[in-house]
Amino acid sequence: MLDRVLPGPGTFPHGVHPPERKELAENVAIEILPYPKKVVLPLLQHIGAPCAAVVKPKQEVVMGELLAKGEGFVTTSVHSPVSGVVKKMEVTTLPNGRHLQAVVINAKGDQLSGRELWDALYGGDWPLDAIASIKQEDISAGIRNSGIVGLGGAAFPTHVKFTPNDKKPIHTLVVNGCECEPYLTTDYRIMVEAPGSIIAGALLNARAVSAKQTIIGIEDNKPEAVAAMRAAAQGTGVQVVVLKTKYPQGSEKQLIKAALNLAVPLGGLPGDVGVAVSNVATTAAVAMAILRNRPLTHRVVSITGGGIANPKNVLVPLGTSMGEVLDYCGGLRPDAVRIVAGGPMMGFAFTDPDTPVTKGTSGITVLTQKELSDGKTTTCVRCGRCVDVCPMNLVPTKLAAASRFKNLDLARRYNILACFECGSCVFICPAGLPLVQNIRTGKALLAAEAKK
Amino acid sequence: MKSEEMTPEQIQPELNVAPSPHVHTAGMSSFTMMRDVLIALSPAILVALLNFRLLAVKQLLICIVTCMAAEALFTAMRGRRATLGDLSAVVTGAILALSLPATAPWYVGCIGSAVAIGIGKVVFGGVGMNIFNPAMVGRAFVMIAFAGAMAASGYIGSGSEVDIISQATPLTAFKQSDVTTSLWPLFIGTSNGSLGETSALACVLGGIFLCVRRVASWEIPAGVLISALIWGGLANLADLGSQWTVLHHLLSGALLFGAFFIATDPVTSPLSHKGKWIFGIGVGSMVMLLRIFSGYPEGVMFAVLLLNGITPLINRWTIPRPFGGA
Repeated sequence: MLDRVLPGPGTFPHGVHPPERKELAENVAIEILPYPKKVVLPLLQHIGAPCAAVVKPKQEVVMGELLAKGEGFVTTSVHSPVSGVVKKMEVTTLPNGRHLQAVVINAKGDQLSGRELWDALYGGDWPLDAIASIKQEDISAGIRNSGIVGLGGAAFPTHVKFTPNDKKPIHTLVVNGCECEPYLTTDYRIMVEAPGSIIAGALLNARAVSAKQTIIGIEDNKPEAVAAMRAAAQGTGVQVVVLKTKYPQGSEKQLIKAALNLAVPLGGLPGDVGVAVSNVATTAAVAMAILRNRPLTHRVVSITGGGIANPKNVLVPLGTSMGEVLDYCGGLRPDAVRIVAGGPMMGFAFTDPDTPVTKGTSGITVLTQKELSDGKTTTCVRCGRCVDVCPMNLVPTKLAAASRFKNLDLARRYNILACFECGSCVFICPAGLPLVQNIRTGKALLAAEAKK
Repeated sequence: MKSEEMTPEQIQPELNVAPSPHVHTAGMSSFTMMRDVLIALSPAILVALLNFRLLAVKQLLICIVTCMAAEALFTAMRGRRATLGDLSAVVTGAILALSLPATAPWYVGCIGSAVAIGIGKVVFGGVGMNIFNPAMVGRAFVMIAFAGAMAASGYIGSGSEVDIISQATPLTAFKQSDVTTSLWPLFIGTSNGSLGETSALACVLGGIFLCVRRVASWEIPAGVLISALIWGGLANLADLGSQWTVLHHLLSGALLFGAFFIATDPVTSPLSHKGKWIFGIGVGSMVMLLRIFSGYPEGVMFAVLLLNGITPLINRWTIPRPFGGA
């Protein structure tokens, strides 16, 4: 299997170059958020089946204690990021528009915080030698029981990728350090400040699925991360490869193409070509779970954009309100007009400061009018730029029109389901048309039709 | 935060929401694309002005002004917002004027422009919706309605201070009298013809600019030129004695003007890379078929209109294979 893997071209066809704006937060070292008084933990922070609470109101919990777990395979669990008392369940609304039941905890008693918290999670030394003696199934089970999901934003349960499947053996583990989404610098800071945790996680993930090689892909606009990862990878067999900066390189299919020159079949998963892909922060979370018995309770969030007073990268307990995190960064500037959970290309806009930080919150991007699209639209003149940039080689303008007119047959003929909504078409469109927005509607219509 | 404690800095900014993506590429719009077309046309316009003097000025003014007036009138009749600001009517007018003979009477340009905008564009729903190249629809209309003014003899005027129009156009001279124009005048543009087509150099200069700016897709002119080269070459081989070589075919008539400025209209040409090649090769082949076998000396207009007509079909044939698709 291994000898069939070609070295990749270092990039993928099509794509765009949005303004990176990483300079806002890239040189700000990760700070630790003072622990919040209250956390709100929605029961669905991942893709898959929701969790059910296993704690009752008034119950006392300690940091890391299991709060909720899901039934089935594609689901995960939720753990408490603080020690405290469980309150009555609340309904909360996430930036993606879902209303969800949430476990609420009021912090009480001693908390792990500051430097101690950092050392317990990302910091310190990692016993790489011990990894070879850990049983494979213990790794998969450990990932599952720690509530780990893809921290790059998609929040797909990680154990699904790292449970061995005899029908689809994995030859290569690709650790995704691209962070192609503009503005965001969380992955970058973790690579620079805690490369050891990523290497440890990569070795664990590779061991879980018996991958023969491990590659860490990083874009060439992050030379410091490349240097830090290379230094940490020395002697471990993990290779760090540098890729040409382009959006959306962090999409797993594009990354596999760039790094390995393999094409994941349409509608398929990386496993179909023998590859497993996991983001760097997720990989570090695996190390914490397996080697330190720390479930996923905190994550690093970039708070950035022209509309925030002090852009920062902050280690945040899950469930903290976005408003609290924004306040920690000095609050909004007067010219802020939009707050986005995630980055500007794929993130969800929201206004309610009580919205909790969830496992998928890779950043909070506060944008000013100057940074936003002006919203003016003209007609499509079929210039074909959307076709030129679509990383999936689709015809966005046709898909958007088919979706608008609810012509689902036409949409299917043009492979609408291959669209992963990266937004490159809208970014480039000279007419300012809402192409991917229309395509999302078309995909939703198709999904509704399939349910009937 | 209590309201009485608020300083101006603390007043919550007004926030809004919208679906992603939240950022957009700067500095490109339909307007800049049309502006680029006009910039690209400027060498051809300059040569037209040098060759045909006031006749060119008159023709350009008539067509551009009528196109803009027609656009304003017809969009108002549909109860739509006027779209004059995007310059598309100006581009249609300029291309129509440059495809007419200098000697065509004022009403030819006028009627051609009105038809181009009205029937060529607005009836289909305006900018971006038309199936056929508007300028070519207008030209086809006047070519049939005013056959005399637009036929080969229409290009020849007498009693004018503009010398160039006393000759037949190179393609007509060859077709009717077997007179071959030498390559240099065809290249720099000192022979008779439609206003914008005389200089191969001017068309290529503007065309390359358009392709570099990605306003025109390079695949289309490449397809036209390659197919013209092949068919012209074959015709050349079939009749080795002829003075009219494949190079004459490439440099004469509206081939280059059509390849770079008419066939490349994005609205009426295919969307995909492969489709654009098919379209370009189709246009080039049709032009050569008409030139060699039909009674008309030139065939760019018909070729473009025909391929415009089958563009939806080409789009259907050439749905790109998605990444990872079988």
